[in-house]
Amino acid sequence: MLLAAVILPAELAGAEEHTPPAKKFLVPPPPFSPGIFPCSQCHQGMPANRTPRKLEMMHQDITLKHMPGGWCFDCHNPDNRDKLKLSNGKMVPFDESYNLCGQCHGTILREWKAGLHGKRTGMWNGEKQYLLCVHCHWPHEPAFKPLTPMPPPVRPVDIK
Amino acid sequence: MSNSCRRKGINRRAFLQGAAAGLAGMTLPLDNAHASFWDAFLQKHFREMNDTEIKKVISRLEKECEEKYKKVVSIGTEKPLPGVQFGYGLDLSRCIGCRRCVYACVEENNQSLDPQIHWISVLRFKKGDKWVDLENSEKYYNPEKVPQKEYFYMPVQCQQCENPPCVRACPTQATWKEPDGIVVIDYNWCIGCRYCMAACPYGARRFNWASPNRPAEKLNPKTHYLGNRPRYKGVVEKCTFCIQRTRNGRYPACVEICPVGARKFGNLLDPNSEIRYAIEHKRVFRLKEDLNTYPKFYYFFAYGR
Amino acid sequence: MIIRNFLIAWKLSLKGDKKFYAWLTFLVILMAIGANAYISQMNRGLIVTAMRDQVSWGFYISNFTFLVGVAAAAVLLVVPAYLYDFKPIKEIVLFGELLAITAITMCIMFIMADMGQPWRVWHLMPFIGTMNFPASLLAWDVLVLNGYLAINTAIAFYVLYRLSIGKEYRMSVIGPLIILSIPWAISIHTVTAFLYNGLSARPFWNASILAPRFLASAFCSGPALMIIVFQLIRKLSEVEIEDRALFKIAELIAYAMGINLFLLGAEIFKEFYSGSIHSAPIQYLYFGLHGHAKLVPWIWTATLLNLTAFFIFLFPKLRENFTILNIACFFMIIGIYIEKGMGLVIPGFIPDTLGEIYEYSPSSTEVLVTVGIWATGALIYTMLLKFSLPIYTGKLRFQKYKES
Repeated sequence: MLLAAVILPAELAGAEEHTPPAKKFLVPPPPFSPGIFPCSQCHQGMPANRTPRKLEMMHQDITLKHMPGGWCFDCHNPDNRDKLKLSNGKMVPFDESYNLCGQCHGTILREWKAGLHGKRTGMWNGEKQYLLCVHCHWPHEPAFKPLTPMPPPVRPVDIK
Repeated sequence: MSNSCRRKGINRRAFLQGAAAGLAGMTLPLDNAHASFWDAFLQKHFREMNDTEIKKVISRLEKECEEKYKKVVSIGTEKPLPGVQFGYGLDLSRCIGCRRCVYACVEENNQSLDPQIHWISVLRFKKGDKWVDLENSEKYYNPEKVPQKEYFYMPVQCQQCENPPCVRACPTQATWKEPDGIVVIDYNWCIGCRYCMAACPYGARRFNWASPNRPAEKLNPKTHYLGNRPRYKGVVEKCTFCIQRTRNGRYPACVEICPVGARKFGNLLDPNSEIRYAIEHKRVFRLKEDLNTYPKFYYFFAYGR
Repeated sequence: MIIRNFLIAWKLSLKGDKKFYAWLTFLVILMAIGANAYISQMNRGLIVTAMRDQVSWGFYISNFTFLVGVAAAAVLLVVPAYLYDFKPIKEIVLFGELLAITAITMCIMFIMADMGQPWRVWHLMPFIGTMNFPASLLAWDVLVLNGYLAINTAIAFYVLYRLSIGKEYRMSVIGPLIILSIPWAISIHTVTAFLYNGLSARPFWNASILAPRFLASAFCSGPALMIIVFQLIRKLSEVEIEDRALFKIAELIAYAMGINLFLLGAEIFKEFYSGSIHSAPIQYLYFGLHGHAKLVPWIWTATLLNLTAFFIFLFPKLRENFTILNIACFFMIIGIYIEKGMGLVIPGFIPDTLGEIYEYSPSSTEVLVTVGIWATGALIYTMLLKFSLPIYTGKLRFQKYKES
């Protein structure tokens, strides 16, 4: 009900070989921080500095704890910040970011598509809602944060 | 005895007989309030009622709920879907023991808050010692955050066994296995002997030791006769794979709430379901398999860490 | 005519001396206390007991199990007298049967007290309800216990009826019932054992040795109770019961306790020697588990009492001394009450199926209801005896009804 159906086949910017249209996965919109998307509202016209460095002016709060030795442009597209970049150069929109994650986490992507990885809601015999990888795993620090557990049950001696 | 005495005796006897008859007459259901008492007492076993009788029972029960909770409650009687055998998968490599499933179940299934009833128990095991070592497991863990590195977590609820020992044990057939695999209880037939609780190897069944207490504002009004409708003191209850949801095609509440997606649910007879994928691609096991209960609850480790 | 005679005998049974009325009053007070406790249980529910999901059966079912044994033994020991013509026991068969009737009635009361919805008991009945026969051992138990009650009531009252009109019982009438009652007596206790035994979920009970242990311990506790009761009957009425009868019963108890101890030894060996995780319950019972040890002093007391009683019963010189005999009987009754009652039911639930330990000990409500039911049983047996004794001793006789 709160999920906007954002179904887009994988669009390929630029010319490319013919790839079969990707399966449609019903996902909610990516969990952007408010106001951060579209990236082009700031990055339009800004030259891209491809030197790997620690960012100082913006996005300095993001420390990459993923892919040791990697940095922003390993995934983000310097030429078009509104899309993500696969290792073969192809671009994927943010709502298909699973294709990006799946490059390294192929087995997990396979299981996510089969429904075995990650949370699904909806109808077991009908339409199901998936979540994007990023809905649970923040890509810059994907390790799942521990949660506060809900209270333990009352012990039988305390049930009066 | 003198004549006068005998007459007194007869008069006294007649008076007593008349009074007794009068008192007995007062207990007869001559008004509506009493009529519902007799309807409840004489209600037949769910499986022996025809559709008309079931409709009558449902309307009586819905009325009782409305009177008690001041809320419109619907009690469904959805039949099992054809070609369906429900199966449940639980990814032990992912469960973090957060217990959100426990409380989602409580909200969805109208469980008593006081005395507290939880249909799902989450057990915590120490890594590296025994495998699933129930004797050294802990149910009452309460750290700041979960998961804790040295432990793994395993939720247990009714396994909806294919060969259920509880169904064999019940002396009144108040619990039985439905065609879609769910083991259900007719709460109006259960006599509360608790033999099924002794028979269950998974500690899945709960007894209403007192009248269940749930405030009206927390009542989920969409219920099923064999599932989450308000229960009574002195009867047994347990997980029903959210029969009110699953027979309408929805996932159980615990599946939908799990924040890490450790819970998987589907139709075992559908080769394209998630649960079949899990069984075919993962090393699934079931609890206490040596007892030959053939549970529908498959545990697996999808991802090791 | 029979009804009129029955009412006359009944009215006679209500008359007695001061001691009789004092005893009745005492029992009625205990029954009232028990009833009051039961009413609070009906109001609030079984939460007033100490039973919880982890230990879902407790004191009521413990008492039930013990009393089924008493009921079985009461008949098993004495009914063969009808067939074997051992006169000293033949005289006391009736009292054994009346004890069986009382014990079964108490069993039924304990079951009713333990049920969450006792008014729904009609759901259990064949044809009227939906009895789960033959799958459920509880359904079997309902059938065999009620059948046993019917058989014993039939035999006892038939014998009394014949005596009351100055005649002997007819073997052609009673013979089939007796032949039936002997295996039936074994079956009530075997079925009760099977209802524990059949549960693969409870490894403490899921042992083939359970049914033989039940029978062996029943043969100890039931006759021990009878020895005491028969001495009371002898003292308080004109009935003559030969010492020989009591000593014969004592001799049989010695054998039964020997078997019982042997079976206990067999179980102890298996559990402690093979030491799998399934030995946790017996570990809890005898030595405590993870710091929980509430039943340990009880079971050791019971074992000590049983052993002592066994040695006393073993030697004729000891068992034929009435003081020592009575002490041994008390030891045996208490020892088996503990061992077969709480010592059987509670360890089946500890640890529970998910490894949790909840230590159960009966709440005050449970104890009061139990006391009330035992008092009711005592009252029933007292009244049955009071009713039967005048007929039995020949003091009350009716003319056989002659058609005019």
